[in-house]
Amino acid sequence: MKKLFTLIISIGIGQMAFAQIDPKLLRAKPSDTAKNSLNMDAVYERPFIAVGKLPVSVGGYMEANWQYQGTDGISEGQQFQFRRMTLFVASTISKRIKFLSEIEFEPAEKEIAVEFAALDLELHPLLNLRGGMILNPIGAFNQNHDGPKWEFTDRPIAMTQMLPTTWSSAGFGIYGKNYSGDWMLGYELYATSSFDDSIIANHENRTSLAASKRNPERFEEIASGQPLLTGKVAVRRNNIGELGLSYMGGVYNKWQSDGIVIDDKRRLNVFAIDFNTTLPKLKTFITAEWAWIKVDVPDTYSQQFGSRQMGGHIDIVQPVIKRTILGWQHSVVSLACRVEYVDWNVGKFRETGGNIGDELFSVMPGISFRPRQQTVLRFSYRKQWQKDILGNPPARTGAVQFGVSTYF
Amino acid sequence: MQKRLPIVLLSLMSLVAIMVSCEKIIPSSPKEDEILDGPVEGLSYDQLRRFALGDAAFNNEIFTPANGLGPGFVATSCGSCHAGDGKGHPFTTLVRFGQTDETGNKFLDQGGPQLQNRAIPGYKPEQIPAGASFSKFTPPANTGLGFLELVADADILAMADPQDLDNDGISGVPNYAVLPSYVQAFNNAIALKGKYIHRFGKKAAAYNLLHQTVNAYNQDIGITSSFDPVDAYTRMVIDPEISTLTVNNVVFYLQTLKAPIQRDAGNAEVETGRKLFEKINCSGCHKPTLKTVFSPVVALSNKEFHPYTDLLLHDMGPGLDDGYTEGSAKTFEWRTPPLWGLGLSMNSQGGSYHLLHDGRAKSIEEAVTLHGGEASASRNRFNQLSGAERNAMLRFLESL
Repeated sequence: MKKLFTLIISIGIGQMAFAQIDPKLLRAKPSDTAKNSLNMDAVYERPFIAVGKLPVSVGGYMEANWQYQGTDGISEGQQFQFRRMTLFVASTISKRIKFLSEIEFEPAEKEIAVEFAALDLELHPLLNLRGGMILNPIGAFNQNHDGPKWEFTDRPIAMTQMLPTTWSSAGFGIYGKNYSGDWMLGYELYATSSFDDSIIANHENRTSLAASKRNPERFEEIASGQPLLTGKVAVRRNNIGELGLSYMGGVYNKWQSDGIVIDDKRRLNVFAIDFNTTLPKLKTFITAEWAWIKVDVPDTYSQQFGSRQMGGHIDIVQPVIKRTILGWQHSVVSLACRVEYVDWNVGKFRETGGNIGDELFSVMPGISFRPRQQTVLRFSYRKQWQKDILGNPPARTGAVQFGVSTYF
Repeated sequence: MQKRLPIVLLSLMSLVAIMVSCEKIIPSSPKEDEILDGPVEGLSYDQLRRFALGDAAFNNEIFTPANGLGPGFVATSCGSCHAGDGKGHPFTTLVRFGQTDETGNKFLDQGGPQLQNRAIPGYKPEQIPAGASFSKFTPPANTGLGFLELVADADILAMADPQDLDNDGISGVPNYAVLPSYVQAFNNAIALKGKYIHRFGKKAAAYNLLHQTVNAYNQDIGITSSFDPVDAYTRMVIDPEISTLTVNNVVFYLQTLKAPIQRDAGNAEVETGRKLFEKINCSGCHKPTLKTVFSPVVALSNKEFHPYTDLLLHDMGPGLDDGYTEGSAKTFEWRTPPLWGLGLSMNSQGGSYHLLHDGRAKSIEEAVTLHGGEASASRNRFNQLSGAERNAMLRFLESL
């Protein structure tokens, strides 16, 4: 009786699914498989599905995990976390006009955010106009952060808590690429909405570019009235790798109100370098990024908010098994390790001349299993040491994570 | 399918094993006697919940201009000054100015008594007015304060010897001052001409932990409360920037923080040091044992504890006289600081000692040798100790 009930329900659901959409109509649209791609192409380097003759392709990804984390013996216990689900919608309006959007749902943050929604207009292969909600090309991770692409559940700390990934802004700019033999060169330059005073007045109690993300007004109003400029140059040579150099800067604070000057104009400048390569023979994938931030913090304010920050990460991923596993062809098992460092307050105390702490070091070995390229099951262990601003003995954190992430 | 089953089962079993055993692979807690934070033993569940709320407000609530910071301030949170509830660092050392005797502060209209040496963007921090004497105060440790609050006035007076009747060179007087309007006198309070014995702070100028907390919010962070609604920057009455409940929770947190636990108490060298500490009469002021009166918090009620203080003011000599004072204290008088937790100071002071009221002493030994006034005789005896004896005494002090 029970089996019969299950069968009826299964058939019913199957019929309903077919009633909703005919899977034959779904055409997997392969991502750009050209070897010559840069981090700047990441928004289009995703699996999309075209539905029949509809002029749009859709896709997305989701990330969820189990976690046990503790600091100095204190833990909140076991946690199940649904980090995010993201939907992509792309449309080729005409041969040289494209639109792509990315909408992210983060239940824990109670956030539905338009991360990317831009119109790309090709004037010339070397000159494309992009406008809308764009991902500022600072470093690599901000542009290339889809969960299924990475072997770890957690995103790099320096790139998300020091640099503000995901940092998307309203604005316009240009980009272009050029190929020549094994070489490839790309550039991007955008003027966008900017940061605000919260980067030095926030509940993190440290200079935090990411704090500005909480201000929804930034999509309508620039606090300083002056755009943020972001530019990046990337060069890639096949069999060697990609090197990117990027800059982001501008006035961040509200220095006038109703025409009255109420403060000095204060700038922030961010520099980043990123590199990725795949070693020949071993097929070891290495990706690294490092950034420096300089913020004009008033001398009369607290050194709690540093004027300089730096940090980055290196991920090393070594595929160890590539074969059919559990019936999945071309499955890959990889060993991986991430090393991270962030110094949120580079400098010395005026009172003592001693080094200001507020820094973090983390090592995270892990193992991942990809039954398909778009889907990853990943397990990792984090060991982290974090010093407070005074440089007291570090808080020691350990975290075990098991997560899944997949494009769909 | 048959081949897959063992692999699937093995993987699932491994995962379950990790989930079950994960508690074993996170970093362990430091030993209880190596940290200062944590509640006193014996609190009830409801008291522990209140402790946790106070803990969160004290250590995690960060103030910004949006929720009341400044405009002038010293620090952006309580925890900024008291890392791990321990002694503070010169980074958050505060400056008080403008009072030279018991007649009061002459610079209240120029920003006294405390300098807000930092300001939010667009504002200027205070400067010490010309002609005002000042003193720097390094933030003290918070631990065990609830026990100190419950020492009876009678016990404090019993330790005082203003005329030095026992001829040991140590007098000791309480700091009598007028209570702020929002502070209620203790049931056992012994007043003198309308003034009450104060006990907290470098000059013993705060009556109880409510007084201390309200002052710190107002003067250190620029946060007004229903207890003290006057903004330190503008001198105007403004709306409270923190709830009364939060202030009360923080007070409860401070009252119920555990007392520091001595380490290596059974060690022979530590015991030798303890005896020397008493022999050269450091214990004349740093009284090893006090007791609490009744408290509705059972964990604090009628307890004997070991803070190494008498809560009295003592003449510490011209070397430590900054020309500034509070309440009825003289400029050369300082309240005996509790020594408990002394050996853990470096863990909250960035790896170095910053001792005495302004952090000028960079070691325990230097702190001892900078004692003067009523402590001169004990200091001289310390200087005459042999190397081994001196090491033993320092080892004892580090064990506290």
